[in-house]
Amino acid sequence: HGPYQPHEPGYGLDQPGYSPYEDEVPNPQARMLSIKNAKAYLLKTSTRSGLNLYDHFANMLTKILEEQPENTVDIIEDISKDVKWAQFRKKMDTLRDEHLILPIFEAAEKCKALFVNDGGEEEHEELDEEMPSLPNVMETAFYFEQAGIGLNKDESYYIFLSLKNLINVQPIQTCRFWGKILGLERNYIIAEVQLHEGEEEEETAEEEVETVAEEEKEMGEAEEEEGEEKEKEAEPPKSTYKPPPEIPREENGTGTNKYIYFVCNEPGKPWVKLPPVTPAQIVCARKIKKFFTGRLDAPIVSFPPFPGNEANYLRAQIARISAGTHVSPTGFYQFANEDEEEEEGDAFEENPEFEPPPVAEMVESLATWAHHVKGILKQGRCVWINPSQKSEENEEDDEEEEDKEDEGEEQEEERGLPLLTLISEDEGMKNIPAWTAQASTNLIPQYSVAILQSNRWPGAYAFASGRKFDYIYFGWGHKYSPESHTPALPPPAQTEYPSGPGITETVDPTVEEEMAFKIAQEEALAEEGDEGEEEE
Amino acid sequence: FWGCIQGLRGAYYIAEGLGPNRAAPRSRLYSLNCLDWSLLTPATKEMLALAEQLNGRFQGDPSFEYNLADINAEVAARLIEGGKEPVIKEEARLIATIEQIDRAVGIVPRGAFVKTPLGSVHENRHFEGLSLLEAKKLSSYFHFTEPVNLKNKTLLEKADLDPSTDFLDSLEHDIPRGSWSIQLEKGGTVVVLRSLLWLGLTFYHVPMTKQFGYVYFGTGEKNLDLPFML
Repeated sequence: HGPYQPHEPGYGLDQPGYSPYEDEVPNPQARMLSIKNAKAYLLKTSTRSGLNLYDHFANMLTKILEEQPENTVDIIEDISKDVKWAQFRKKMDTLRDEHLILPIFEAAEKCKALFVNDGGEEEHEELDEEMPSLPNVMETAFYFEQAGIGLNKDESYYIFLSLKNLINVQPIQTCRFWGKILGLERNYIIAEVQLHEGEEEEETAEEEVETVAEEEKEMGEAEEEEGEEKEKEAEPPKSTYKPPPEIPREENGTGTNKYIYFVCNEPGKPWVKLPPVTPAQIVCARKIKKFFTGRLDAPIVSFPPFPGNEANYLRAQIARISAGTHVSPTGFYQFANEDEEEEEGDAFEENPEFEPPPVAEMVESLATWAHHVKGILKQGRCVWINPSQKSEENEEDDEEEEDKEDEGEEQEEERGLPLLTLISEDEGMKNIPAWTAQASTNLIPQYSVAILQSNRWPGAYAFASGRKFDYIYFGWGHKYSPESHTPALPPPAQTEYPSGPGITETVDPTVEEEMAFKIAQEEALAEEGDEGEEEE
Repeated sequence: FWGCIQGLRGAYYIAEGLGPNRAAPRSRLYSLNCLDWSLLTPATKEMLALAEQLNGRFQGDPSFEYNLADINAEVAARLIEGGKEPVIKEEARLIATIEQIDRAVGIVPRGAFVKTPLGSVHENRHFEGLSLLEAKKLSSYFHFTEPVNLKNKTLLEKADLDPSTDFLDSLEHDIPRGSWSIQLEKGGTVVVLRSLLWLGLTFYHVPMTKQFGYVYFGTGEKNLDLPFML
């Protein structure tokens, strides 16, 4: 109808006070009453939860106006839920909440310990030539960062500080950050260390004393057993099984045990020393592939059964990785004595006349890099040892069996590659080369760094820039194999007893043979009879 | 930024594009030097099937061709019959690998995404992060793909689920058991999950905040030895 014009009927009736229902205007009191009713309804307490809608709305609007989140209308239901949930927190509680120590606080305390400089005065006295060399972890981290490898700066710095602690605690000659191995529950941070020579001798002396004591005990026990055996009667046959001679581990300071390794789970935790590695452990570690859990005392359940727990497995893997991937620019190290090239040329020294090739050359040709750690032979050692030589020291009982052994197996002498071989001689797997070389950047060639990635041990990296070079490992600790890992099959069942004429079944003689035998016997008897008659 | 797959001669940097509906197919781009990016075609089932035959590292060259005849003669024969050449380009292998990784181990925390009644999946703007206790449990993380196990749950379990947030498979029932490694770093401020099936996939989440994400840095190979290694 629209607004009425003055000449139309109905004009002005919509003004207050002029409508036709004036006498029926709702009492303002009634309006107030309806408002009160509505409010009372809102204030009605729910029998279930003890809340009422009025308070709930008030709380919700207060919260919204305080926080002013974006797009409130979309999340209004969640806000409502949150407000209701907040009701359940008791404000008046007679019990005081236990002061929760957040785990982050504990971790921060440990890290704080790293930052405290203990024994500052003592250090000044010891500034002699024997000052152990703390590696500049931050500098190495910078170079690796150029290639996109490494840990973040905080962690590198914590590692730096904990290495410093390690040096203060242990008598260390040289120290290096070896790398980080990831595990299921926790990770390992590993430091490669050379102790002062006096310390190492003490340890080996202790070990020798222990082994001598054990041997004496064994001899004593063996004598007792022999005495007992004579008394007993029928005994089950003794097993003729003689376990293959144990290959002795290499001395501390040579071969696979050249360095000593300390590990910790996190920087700030105390460093634990890893035991030296034995060849048996390396041989077994080659056959199994297991994740590290992060606890050094975890057992390794595998086939073939690994002789040791996770600490030994970790040490064996570290030894293999070091032997396979520690490289340096060719010519940086040279043999101390040229005659020693063929033999155990463990001694090498820095070449003072080394001139670093330019970075481009280091990237292009792999012949500019060389291994400076001896490779591990199949036996599990770096230097081959003839196991049957050792048995000369054993008791007389063993000598008889020695001869049999020499006749049976003659282990061939294994020769590994000589010490400073170029890495271009490393075999690849299938068509994958063993190493990948890259320059860190193509944009600024004068400051780029040559980076080497190992494909055999994914996670091993090395860099070289001028005279500086270093190598590191970040990874899970396993070798790369293009085929899937196949576990070793169980060995065939051993024969219980040697087969000989006494127990093998012979073929029964046939009827003709029996007849022929009988005839021959009768003839022989007849001949004897004739002879007897002749004599008489 | 999705991650980086390292080949023998170079590395592929991969970026992923997501639309407002997170469940929609994603567009993927790759680059060799982070400057020039090329779009990858979406993965097809044939590509996935063919790529499963290939083993070994990526070469680092997208036009490298794998000769199927060397690897699997049957498949090659089938292809020849179909009129195509028995080769796969590395690009196709790349597409298939990224799709496999996303499907198998692309994870998100519980509650981070909600499903609207229309079926599209959106970010949950009300997600405040998992609590420290929840963050240590595998059941608070979901695979961000079509759920497989959801329908197999008993009715009792289904009653506890909230259909807007629990519409994906959780990590608890992944086979083999223990194929995820959960670690708390920095005193519990960051939760890091690493996949053991695809070595190199790392997922992070800062509890009580909205920050989470995953990235892949690795060789692009599935770890088939996993059952031996646990």
